[in-house]
Amino acid sequence: MMGNEFMLDIARIRADFPILNQSVNGKPLVFLDSAASSQKPLPVLQAMEEVYRYAYANVHRGVYRLSELATERYDQARAKIARFIGAPEPECIVFTRNATEALNLLAYAYARHFLKPGDELLITELEHHANFVPWQVLARERDIVLKFIPITAEGVLSLDALEALLTERTRLVSFAHVSNVLGTITDPAPIIQRAHQVGARVIVDASQSVPHMPVNVMEMDCDFLVFSGHKMLGPTGIGVLYGKRDLLEAMPPFLTGGDMISMVDFDGPQWNDVPLKFEAGTPAFVEAIGLGAAVDYLSALGMPAVRQHEQAMTAYALERLSEVNGVRIIGPTDSRIRGGVVTFTLDRVHPHDLATLLDAEGVAIRAGHHCAQPLHIRLGLNATARASFYIYNEPADVDALVEALYKAKLALRR
Amino acid sequence: MQDLYREHILDHYENPRYHGTLAQPDFTHEESNPLCGDRIRIDVKLCHKDGRDVIADAAFTGEGCIISQAATSMLLEDVVNKPVDEVEQTDPQHVLDLLGVPLSAARVKCALLGLKVLKTGIKRWKLSRQ
Repeated sequence: MMGNEFMLDIARIRADFPILNQSVNGKPLVFLDSAASSQKPLPVLQAMEEVYRYAYANVHRGVYRLSELATERYDQARAKIARFIGAPEPECIVFTRNATEALNLLAYAYARHFLKPGDELLITELEHHANFVPWQVLARERDIVLKFIPITAEGVLSLDALEALLTERTRLVSFAHVSNVLGTITDPAPIIQRAHQVGARVIVDASQSVPHMPVNVMEMDCDFLVFSGHKMLGPTGIGVLYGKRDLLEAMPPFLTGGDMISMVDFDGPQWNDVPLKFEAGTPAFVEAIGLGAAVDYLSALGMPAVRQHEQAMTAYALERLSEVNGVRIIGPTDSRIRGGVVTFTLDRVHPHDLATLLDAEGVAIRAGHHCAQPLHIRLGLNATARASFYIYNEPADVDALVEALYKAKLALRR
Repeated sequence: MQDLYREHILDHYENPRYHGTLAQPDFTHEESNPLCGDRIRIDVKLCHKDGRDVIADAAFTGEGCIISQAATSMLLEDVVNKPVDEVEQTDPQHVLDLLGVPLSAARVKCALLGLKVLKTGIKRWKLSRQ
């Protein structure tokens, strides 16, 4: 593929996102916060509405037609998602509430069960709190040693440091495929290979990669991978844990109750097969079906084209933003190793003031620490501003951002 | 846009009143807003006047957005020479009135950080005297 080409038919895509066609404070909405949560296209909304209208009943329960219809669609959604990330079979896909819950599931059902005091767990300096706090809690509770792969001045993970941090006591390595702040795309394969060589298992937090680029769990050979539905055109309340089947089978359940047992008598329960063992209670199956529709939508566009489009957007944003006096880009400035996330500061302007001023111009960006406070401590910054892109963004959105930045500078006399 | 960042707010931000630290404060309190990392520290010096504890002097330092810093500057300007008991009862709306601009829910937290720090400081000072 060529360098900075915009691969998607944005006008056609935008027609599927009526929410984008509105005014904010009298200005056309420019939505630049998809890294926090994406908007939803009509086919996703329609898929969910159709279930509620015509095919809704509890799954895995009834022997009547409606329940069978719902169960069938739920299973289809699982199979679609498995195919989307190159999983060998649908049974490797566990539905959770979101990536955060998937990581907590792993902390409880994998790490608490298989790690012993003194074992080492490796994460990175750039993690989202979701891939930070569960391990801090675990480390405190079980005397597990938590170590951090540092970032370089350019904002990429230091693989040299990784070598020094991996020991024969390293049992688990967990890292973000794409940083939600720096945008850094980490090549997972070398880290996974090295971790496997010392006998560690590897979790990939793919919350910022699965929505935006081709991801194949078999190729990268990760042991677990997690992501959220709501960041990839799907509804809230549905997320995914992928796990190698033998690992999922060896793990005890996370939550217990209905649907996750195969049999209960007065002596106790027997667990259901994977993945249902991890899906206690009535699952968010309508949301799962919605996520299945989101996967269809993305697959029709083609994930290589999605990535290409976002890389072009990122390159354009990096170029335009660096024209603005006082703007400092945080993280890699090479769009080839940066996802569609452009984080920056504006000299002598607090990001919250900036976000408020941009909102007055209809431009929605994120300001704060983006649930990555340790990274901000490491960067020596209190807060940053972040613009993030998805399939419905176009170069004009970046132009609007830059224009609003100039207006904000003027209003604040900066 | 001009609404929120009116001249008097920018003025308080750029030339904050009661800014700095006090040599011998009766109490000091500091808090931050975990959402945005805004941080404010307030020193308070008290005196006894007509049988009441009165705020004789105050000073703040901090970092953060224009709203949080300007609101604290206005707040301290407002509370110096007032009795502690009265300041402790300050209605949050009073601070919003001092700012005099419409704020969204997310930004109200910025505006009220200084008041939160001051009130908690007073509460702890009172407890320490019991």
